[in-house]
Amino acid sequence: MRRDFDWKPLLLVPALALLALPAVGSLPTWFTLTIAGLAMGMIVFIIASGLTLVFGLMDVLNFGHGVFIALGAYVATLVLGCMGDWTQSQSIIANLVAVLPATVAAMLVAGAVGLAFERLIVRPVYGQHLKQILITMGGMIIGEELIKVMWGPDQIGLPLPAGLRGSWQWGDAAIEKYRIMALAAGVLVFGVLAWTLARTKIGLLIRAGVQDREMVESLGYRIRILFIGVFVAGSALAGLGGVMWGLYQENVIPQMGNQVNVLIFIVIIIGGLGSTTGALIGALLVGLTANYTGFLVPKVALVSNIALMVAVLLWRPEGISPVARSR
Amino acid sequence: MSLLELRGVHTHIGIYHVLHGVDLVAPKGQLTMLVGRNGAGKTTTLRTIMGLWKVKQGRISFGGEDVSKLSTPQIAGLGIAYVPETMGIFADLTVGENMLLAARRARRTQDINGSRLAWIFRLFPAVEKFWDYPAGKLSGGQKQMLAVARAIVEPRDLLIVDEPSKGLAPAIIDNMIDAFAELKASGVTILLVEQNIHFAQRLGDSVVVMDDGRVVHSGSMAAFSADTQLQQRLLGLEL
Repeated sequence: MRRDFDWKPLLLVPALALLALPAVGSLPTWFTLTIAGLAMGMIVFIIASGLTLVFGLMDVLNFGHGVFIALGAYVATLVLGCMGDWTQSQSIIANLVAVLPATVAAMLVAGAVGLAFERLIVRPVYGQHLKQILITMGGMIIGEELIKVMWGPDQIGLPLPAGLRGSWQWGDAAIEKYRIMALAAGVLVFGVLAWTLARTKIGLLIRAGVQDREMVESLGYRIRILFIGVFVAGSALAGLGGVMWGLYQENVIPQMGNQVNVLIFIVIIIGGLGSTTGALIGALLVGLTANYTGFLVPKVALVSNIALMVAVLLWRPEGISPVARSR
Repeated sequence: MSLLELRGVHTHIGIYHVLHGVDLVAPKGQLTMLVGRNGAGKTTTLRTIMGLWKVKQGRISFGGEDVSKLSTPQIAGLGIAYVPETMGIFADLTVGENMLLAARRARRTQDINGSRLAWIFRLFPAVEKFWDYPAGKLSGGQKQMLAVARAIVEPRDLLIVDEPSKGLAPAIIDNMIDAFAELKASGVTILLVEQNIHFAQRLGDSVVVMDDGRVVHSGSMAAFSADTQLQQRLLGLEL
C-alpha cells in the first residue's frame, strides 16, 4: 500500500526517442535532434511549470501567460545590450556573468507584472472560466501592444553570447553548447521545484491546495496568498523561459509569447493539471516530437504536437499525471 | 456557558434560500448533536459556521466574538477544527503529511507535539500504522479516523464533525464512539452532525433537530431519547 511510483509516463520519453532512431537513420543526426528536442522541451517546461500550478491550485485559465515570456525576453535584450564587453568575450564564465543579471532582471520584471496582472485581471474573475479566457487573452493583447509601444513592432536581435555559440563535437554528432546549457537550466529548475514541493511546508500546502483548496482554507491557511505567490513565481519562471527562448531563437518579437502559448497549453494538458512532473514529461515529449517531425516530415511538424496530445489523452484522459481533479 | 452561538442565521446558496433563521447553541465542554432528515440544512449550517457559505442575515458568535463576516482561515485560526462530510483527506499526500498540514505551528513532522501525537496514535492506531502511506489508499474507516485525528493534532476549542459514521462498518463506528467519548472527556467542545441516531444517542449531551432549514427542537439528549413520540414526529423514526 506504500506510495506507488508511476513509472510508465517516464518511459514515454526514451520510448519516443528510441522509436525515432530507425526513422532518422543516422545515429549522429538522431543524437543531435534528441539533444535539441530535450533542450527545447526544458525551455518549454520552465515556462509551463508555474502555469500548471496556477491552473491546478486555483482553477484559473490564464491565457495571458505568454506576455510574461515576451516581457522577460525584451528585458534581456536591454540588459545584455548594456553588457557588450561581457557578451562579446569568448569566456563562457564572462558570458554567464552577463546572462545572470539579464535573467534576474527578466524574472523580477515578469514577476512584478505578474503580481499586477493577478490583482487587476485575474482576481475579478475567479471561478468564471469563460471570463477568465476572455479577459486573460485581452490582457495578453494589451501586453503585446505595450511591448510594441516600448520596443517597437519589429524583430529585435538577441544574439547568443560569443562563448555560448557553436557546438561541441561528439563523434560525428554536433551538440550546440547553448542546448546543453538549456538542458542544465531545466534540470536545475525542475530540481528546485521538486524539492520545494516535496520537502517544504509551502510545497506541501501547494500540493494540498491543488487537490482541495477549500480544505486547506478550513485548516486555517489563506490559500489566496499562496496562490498569489505561485502566480508571481510562475510569471517569473515564464520570464526566465522567455530569456532562454529568445536566446534559443536569437531574436524576439512582441508576438513570441502568443506563439509559445499554444505549446505551453499542450504541455499542461498532456502533463495533467497541477503536475510539475507531468509538465516536464509533456514538455520533453513536445520538444522531441517537434524536432523529429521537423526533420522527417516538415509539413507535419505543425500538427505533430496536437497529434501527440490526442494520443496521450486517448491513453490517459486526464493527462499523464494529474494532481488536480476536474472541478 | 455557550462557546458557539447562532442567532437567526440565514444562508443562500446561489438562488436557493437554504437556512431560514437558524438558532443554535453549543455549550462549552459539551457534545452537541445536530440531527435531522436529509436536506434539513445540517451540512449547510456547519459550512456556514466555517465561513464556507456566507451568512446572509443573522449572527454567529464564537467565544463571544462575532465571526459572521470572517473568512474561513480566520475562523479556523480562532481554534475551530472542521471535518467535512467528504472527510477532506488529501489523497495524494501521505498520512503523515496530512497530519503535518493540520499542525499549523509545525514545519516538519518532527515538530508535532510528541505526547499529543502519542495520544492520537492510541485513539486511532491506523494513523500511526499507515503514517508513510498515501492517504488515498486507506479504507473508508481509516480515512475517517485520519480526518478526526488531523482535526485534533493541535488543541482546538471547538471540533465540528459532519457525519463521522457515514458508510462505516458497525465495529468501526464503535471505535469512533469510544474516540469521541475520550475527546469529550478531554474537555473539547464538539458539534457533531449525525444521521445515525444510535451514535447520536450514545454520545450527545444536547441535541438540536433541524428540518427544512430551521431548528425545530433543541434540548438535552436524555430527554429527547426518552420521548419517542417527539423523535417520531421530528425524525420520522423510533430509537
